[in-house]
Amino acid sequence: MIEADGLTKVFPGEAKGTTVTAVDNLALSVEEGEVFGFLGPNGAGKTTTVRMLCALIGPTAGRAAINGYTVGQNDQAIRASVGILTESPGMYDRLSAERNLLIFARLYGVPDPAGQARKYLQLFGLWERRGDPAGSFSKGMRQKLAIARAMLHEPRVLFLDEPTSGLDPEAARLVRDAIEQLKGEGRTIFLCTHNLDEADRLCDRIAIFKTRLVTVDTPAALRRRLFGRQVVFHLGRVDGALAETVRALPFVQEVKALDTKLVVRLDEPDTQNPAIVRALVAAGADVQFVGELRRSLEDVYLQLIQTAP
Amino acid sequence: MNTTRIRTIVEKEWAEVFKNRLVIVTVAALPLLFAFLPLVVLGTTAGTMSSAGDVTDLPPSFLKACGALPPFECMQVYILNQFLVLYMMMPLIIPTSIAAYSIVGEKTTRSLEPLLATPITTEELLIAKGLAAALPAIAATWGSFLLFALLAPLVGATAGVSAAIFSPTWLTAVFLIGPLMAVLSVNFAVMVSSRVTDPRAAEQIAGVLVVPLMALIFGQIAGLFVINFTLMLSVAVVLAVIDAGAIYLGAQVFQREAILTKWK
Repeated sequence: MIEADGLTKVFPGEAKGTTVTAVDNLALSVEEGEVFGFLGPNGAGKTTTVRMLCALIGPTAGRAAINGYTVGQNDQAIRASVGILTESPGMYDRLSAERNLLIFARLYGVPDPAGQARKYLQLFGLWERRGDPAGSFSKGMRQKLAIARAMLHEPRVLFLDEPTSGLDPEAARLVRDAIEQLKGEGRTIFLCTHNLDEADRLCDRIAIFKTRLVTVDTPAALRRRLFGRQVVFHLGRVDGALAETVRALPFVQEVKALDTKLVVRLDEPDTQNPAIVRALVAAGADVQFVGELRRSLEDVYLQLIQTAP
Repeated sequence: MNTTRIRTIVEKEWAEVFKNRLVIVTVAALPLLFAFLPLVVLGTTAGTMSSAGDVTDLPPSFLKACGALPPFECMQVYILNQFLVLYMMMPLIIPTSIAAYSIVGEKTTRSLEPLLATPITTEELLIAKGLAAALPAIAATWGSFLLFALLAPLVGATAGVSAAIFSPTWLTAVFLIGPLMAVLSVNFAVMVSSRVTDPRAAEQIAGVLVVPLMALIFGQIAGLFVINFTLMLSVAVVLAVIDAGAIYLGAQVFQREAILTKWK
């Protein structure tokens, strides 16, 4: 669905004769129906990447293909086949919500502009406000209207650039629900976001990007790769002897004692936990609760971004 | 070239821009003012200029161009010729207002990027924006001229003066130079709009185009030249060449990548 290889974008710098590399040698592949998270700090080149993949700007080097169309060769076909939610909703504030959608439906050559506009206004709960100027909408409503606009021509690939940026929690939830809905319809979604919790919940795979691609994987695999799997054993009391008992087991990789807890790093907790529980009980420990320590995606992100060149 | 997309943008521009009171005032008030101003002058001078002595201050070259016209009619034609420049000025001023609000407005609300993300080509978008700005200006100029020309006999314009209003000089100025001025104005506004973030600033900078037209008024008053058919035709030819250059430069500025990455 989305392919990039060696994709590079270099802009002229502020000072004469200098250049700034916004995207450097990006290679990625996004499958049909996948929600692909694209994470990176401000100025990492995420928007530039989206603009190149949507055939809005040309790459300096490398190639990219969307829906089988090559960037730089079939730009109009690419723009006709993808939907994009730009960083700012950019609505025509003086015009009604419905008029905004009708304009874009006609630009995309939708056969029944009024029908499509109605469909998406109803889908996103904006039908009752269809006659109101877009400028009178709340941020969340504007964002939903912008997503509706990106959907009018029924694209199979959607690029969403910071869809919940600047929204209050309620509005952000409305937008996330809308994305969940689109995911349920099997659309391919390329999601640029700063919201790591959102990426964790919505994305099948995540790319961490800082001018260059740092890594790509599923959220779970990224956690495993960086931190392994860690299990917390809540005990009535913890002493050095109990920690040593666990450490002596051959499959245990690491043990940390924290207050009344032992944090144990394992390869396969599902099969190895029972042996640890048995060993602890035999050593006289009161095992109150066992659970997997789930590292946040934020931990993974910060670790990778801080170590990225 | 997809005409549906062009029509959609033109309609969108009009729906949006004409919700702006300042633009409505510019588009509606200016043509009315420029139609009635010469009528008032014509009406007030019709009863007062009856002696041949009134024309002695006219530039000799203009007196010569009047030919067989009676002296006071020659004087009226001379005065009206100053207003002719207004009809060339109108298609220069109105598109500037519309284009400045349409392009800088989209720039500030950041609505250009979603528009550029559609299959519309930059040529279609530029043509649509140009038409949206130029057509109302041309229509207003022509409407204003027709209003003035048709009402002129009612306020004292003689057959000779009316004939001068419908002479090739006036018709060339209004119906040929007018549209050429509108094209120049639109492209200049596009170029200016790429560099500013306030529609009023764009409007004011683009207003510099009026300066050469003022030279026509003062040139005639000073007796340096006479506004006649030959001069108008020469202006039209020069303007057509300048328009070609302006269209080229406007199209260079109005490119997807430039708009998204260079427009500040």
